[in-house]
Amino acid sequence: MPAPLDIDQIWRDHSRRVLASLIRLFRDFDLAEEVLQDALLAAAQKWPIDGMPQNPAAWLVSAGRFRALDRLRRQRKDRDLGRQMADLGPMAIDPDPNGPDPNGPAMLPDDPLRLMFACCHPSLPPEQQVALTLRTLCGLTTEEIARAFLLRPSALAQRIVRAKQRIKEAGLRYELPEPADLPQRLGSVLRVIYLVFNEGYSAHSGDSLQRHDLTAEAIRLCRLLADFLPEAEVLGLLGLMMLHQARAMTRETGTGDLIPLDDQDRTAWDRALIAQGTDLVTRAFATGQVGPYSLQAAIAALHCAAPSPKDTDWHEILGLYTVMMRVAPSPVVQLNRAIAVSRVRGPAAALELILPLIRGGELAGYHLAHAACADMQRQLGDLSGAIAAYETALALCHQDPERRFLRRKLSDLQKPQG
Amino acid sequence: MQYMFLIYLDEGKFAPMTQAERDGLVTAMLDYDDTLRESGHLILSEALKPPAEAVTLRKWAGSLTTTDGPFMETKEHLSGVILVQARDLNEAIQLAAKMPLATLGSIEVRPLEILQRGTA
Repeated sequence: MPAPLDIDQIWRDHSRRVLASLIRLFRDFDLAEEVLQDALLAAAQKWPIDGMPQNPAAWLVSAGRFRALDRLRRQRKDRDLGRQMADLGPMAIDPDPNGPDPNGPAMLPDDPLRLMFACCHPSLPPEQQVALTLRTLCGLTTEEIARAFLLRPSALAQRIVRAKQRIKEAGLRYELPEPADLPQRLGSVLRVIYLVFNEGYSAHSGDSLQRHDLTAEAIRLCRLLADFLPEAEVLGLLGLMMLHQARAMTRETGTGDLIPLDDQDRTAWDRALIAQGTDLVTRAFATGQVGPYSLQAAIAALHCAAPSPKDTDWHEILGLYTVMMRVAPSPVVQLNRAIAVSRVRGPAAALELILPLIRGGELAGYHLAHAACADMQRQLGDLSGAIAAYETALALCHQDPERRFLRRKLSDLQKPQG
Repeated sequence: MQYMFLIYLDEGKFAPMTQAERDGLVTAMLDYDDTLRESGHLILSEALKPPAEAVTLRKWAGSLTTTDGPFMETKEHLSGVILVQARDLNEAIQLAAKMPLATLGSIEVRPLEILQRGTA
């Protein structure tokens, strides 16, 4: 007797791919999810008897398609019955050229990509894009996503309900964007991937610094995107995330305390990942169309290439931040540029750049700006100024490992100097 | 994960219905149960007798008191429960949204809490 099938395993292996194709065929998230469930049940019953099909995903799509058509037929029959009773006569159903085509090809290789663009549709607010992407493309449950973002599951569930509703009302085209729309559409997909990665790389609040499931999913999605659309910024973002990921294990102690870049064990960095990431940066720059992700990736690559903090090419990093201030200026970029300035021209020059960001209000509520300010003041011998700035940073920070790090810095300063 | 659908209905809404309409609703609910059973989601589905047949009891400070009717004086009463197995809260919401009674009353979707004996 063949071994019983593990339905959870089938789900993990195929559901995301199959769902993407079913949504293209029927243009209906809910219907696609329901018939996917039916198809998995059918697989769990049939495969142990008939053997595993050659192409399990295609089998699941056609089983799902069959069930969906069946459901639609039944719904239509109910509706027609109701109409006859009301004596309205049959109504013509207008064929919609952009509507669903249940008889279309079962699977297209770029179905997951269509789904990615749909989940990140510009008509959805970013928090809905992220929630829908994680649930639909990454297969996380509502409860898991809620935990990752420290929200109540009921709040997160409503976000997903609203997102699906909005897509339905907007009449989802479910096509790849036209070349003219691509930069804008790609921009929102890249932003969602980066948000997912960032949430995993540096959790907003709570007791853990990193969530490796989220960073892994972000890299997986970006790889998929890069396979189909090897645009400069897609390669740049993928490179950036890989270079960050290469250092992930050295960013925290066994007890979850934060280790800053200067103190990380560089021999433990993942050299293979660094090589891949650096290669992606080179490819992105070769296109001559670099944007903010490629520039950040180039900076990360320079850090990864340095055998020690003092051997880091800070001049080059400062140059890249200066370019970034032209391409995508923001107060946070300015702050990072100031830190590069401190390595090249000293803490006084850096402080001159940081203080206006805090006093001008742009970064007044950003704990890392106050921490950077404190570090410069400490280097300049202004201990009372440094202590005050660390205290402000601590008051603004909500993540436990970062809070412990700031407290350590503060208590180092408060120790009697010998 | 298991989720309980708590179905709250205002009995007053049924009064103006014809017998045929009421029968139609019952059939629709039984069909709904069948659909949930076929898709492997259903664990339990039960309707409750009207609140007039309820008794509420308390055994506070050692003495038992009983009163007629439900615990709370509200217009909508708990009229039935359905327990399902679903992948997550959004799947549960999707299932509950298909319930025929959702057009008449309110459905509360509640995740089940798994209690564990304390080890202390």
